[in-house]
Amino acid sequence: MTEVSIPIEQLRQQQPRYQGISPGHRACLGCGQALAARLVTEASGPDIMIANATGCLEIFTTPWPESAWKVPWMHSLFENTGAIASGIEAALKAQGKSSKVIAMGGDGGTFDIGFQALSGMLERDHNILYICYDNEAYMNTGVQRSGSTPHAAMTNTSPPGKARMGKRHLKKDIISIIASHHIPYAATASVAYPSDIRKKVRRAMHIEGPTFLQIHAPCPLGWGHDGSQSIAIARLAVETGLFPVIELERGALANVMPIRNIQPVTAYLKAQQRFRHLFKKADQRVKEELAHLQALADHNIEVYGLQSDHTDKLDTRGAALVHRRGKHWA
Amino acid sequence: MQKVLEGSQAIAEAVALCRPQVIAAYPITPQTHIVENLSRLVANAQLKCEFVSVESEFSAASVILGAAMAGSRSYTASASQGILLMAEVLYNIAGMRVPLVLTCANRAISAPLSIWNDQQDSMAVRDAGWIQLYCANNQEAVDTTIQAYRIAEACELPVMVCVDGFTLTHTLEMIDIPEARQVDAFLPDFQFSRQLDVQHPHSAGTLLSPDYYSEARHAHHQALLNAQQVILESDTAWEKIVGRSAGKLVSIVGNPDADIAIIALGSVLGTLEEAQEIYTHLPSRLIKLRCFRPFPTATICAAIENAKHVIVLERALSLGSGGILGTEVRSILHTLDNPPIIHNFAIGLGGRDIPVEIYPQLIEACKDTHPPYFQIFDVDLQKLPEEDR
Repeated sequence: MTEVSIPIEQLRQQQPRYQGISPGHRACLGCGQALAARLVTEASGPDIMIANATGCLEIFTTPWPESAWKVPWMHSLFENTGAIASGIEAALKAQGKSSKVIAMGGDGGTFDIGFQALSGMLERDHNILYICYDNEAYMNTGVQRSGSTPHAAMTNTSPPGKARMGKRHLKKDIISIIASHHIPYAATASVAYPSDIRKKVRRAMHIEGPTFLQIHAPCPLGWGHDGSQSIAIARLAVETGLFPVIELERGALANVMPIRNIQPVTAYLKAQQRFRHLFKKADQRVKEELAHLQALADHNIEVYGLQSDHTDKLDTRGAALVHRRGKHWA
Repeated sequence: MQKVLEGSQAIAEAVALCRPQVIAAYPITPQTHIVENLSRLVANAQLKCEFVSVESEFSAASVILGAAMAGSRSYTASASQGILLMAEVLYNIAGMRVPLVLTCANRAISAPLSIWNDQQDSMAVRDAGWIQLYCANNQEAVDTTIQAYRIAEACELPVMVCVDGFTLTHTLEMIDIPEARQVDAFLPDFQFSRQLDVQHPHSAGTLLSPDYYSEARHAHHQALLNAQQVILESDTAWEKIVGRSAGKLVSIVGNPDADIAIIALGSVLGTLEEAQEIYTHLPSRLIKLRCFRPFPTATICAAIENAKHVIVLERALSLGSGGILGTEVRSILHTLDNPPIIHNFAIGLGGRDIPVEIYPQLIEACKDTHPPYFQIFDVDLQKLPEEDR
């Protein structure tokens, strides 16, 4: 484990002052999405308007008459967030106002049901930052498979059994689809790297035009792990290569978060109940699935060039293990 | 100014006079000419606004919802399948009590596919919580569009202006397009009490528990009922400026004491007015229903009082039940001392022409003192196989 040598008071002072989302909301312990949303507003500041898709974030922050939001916020429906944000942005433009519009949705609202409105929003070049909190299933409705659910994961609509090994299909490569709109900036991030999220949000805030940020956010309930393990598990997703952290400019790969010590996918999978059927007995099916998942990670490492040969040990685990073009990533 | 204009162009000019800041556009026949005309006004710098060409009607409705929430007067138009695709957003807009105006160029619903006029589309969303105003002609469409913004913004309710596709949208008529100063005098600047504001942040569209949901529905229902007064006041105020009414909630043409009353919505009213002039020996009172939502119960009761027969004509139906308007008219009869006999017909479905010659046939139908509950007026059974007749 890491020892922190900086006094805690000093650490606290280094925290950003502003938070657009207050504590006291009703998210589960260890909710990756709640953490990610807080980090996004820390970096965005208060001069924003949020359009939020239906989902956990919308539900746990706004049980009327209470609201956790300290910024103008609206929710309309599940699948129209890209269009709602487009309307807000068009109105602000017409009024000569410069507040940034941020659209937010989960993976269901982004990869699946809200994809058309999102694609239209990107194509029309609206000045909007779209945040996708990716927890890889429909968690708000009780853990059902989405287009983002990884291959072989168990959900309540992709249960393993005699005939199935969890989800049969692959996780949709949303970032490539988004990048194909040739928007100024698209990136992935993980709640395991908070300052990376802030940095990417800050960058997107300064770009005039559509930007997209996919944040990998563990869901303890849906993934089947203790809430205290959310960050560790999110980090393993990055360190195995299963969730590549990358930046794309106008559709072209611009940066990746390199991995110093690549972990085997089993380290990530074993930590979550949603993959437990892969570890019950070592039959042929299990071997094939594990090999398949390892191959998917290896593929990511290869195509994005994620392996780092950097030997510098300036920092500790977490942000410390990753570097960006020779400089500290986080 | 008097101009010969296509209905769609006249509506577009009326919209432009209201100075919307955001327009969302998606093509669908027979609505398309409206947004095409608006896009031309924008391209020629005659209208300064954000013209958002969306990727679906679903997004068209969503864009104007977002735009109004951000404080801009906004507009879109659609028809038929587009209205159905929007349905979820239409309920959402109304439930959030957002002032918006949408033109529905009424068209039949598929299947069978038909691009022609009836009113099944707007009737399908009659329970969404919008104000619905039906126009009998293009002058009414122009005047109602302008009034709709004033009504919507005063009531914080969305208004759907229904115009019969092709029959109105594609017909050239002599239309008086009001002057900008007349509209400016009538229509205050856009104001919305719950608009998103960075200086005063609030959350909109939140989750409501069973403890509050019924109260929210009550408030919405009550707001619609109360809107009747605002609709009347707006029409009166507009009449003072331009010298003509757009039809109040309900207006009566013909002999108001005639035994036979005909009640209908939309462009068929023009046909019936003409028929009254032709067939003067067949008197009737024509009840022109302009406001379908809120349903002006008391006004309709007063209009049909002492009639012996009421013919309800409608361009839609509730399949498996009967007429929609007919059912609603029947639902208020218990308040009358001598309820009339109701003759309920669906007519002009999927663009079937309604000629003036139907008028004597309708009057003739009133000889039946035990009419069927509902029927489609001009069905030719010979066109159907035996088992479907």
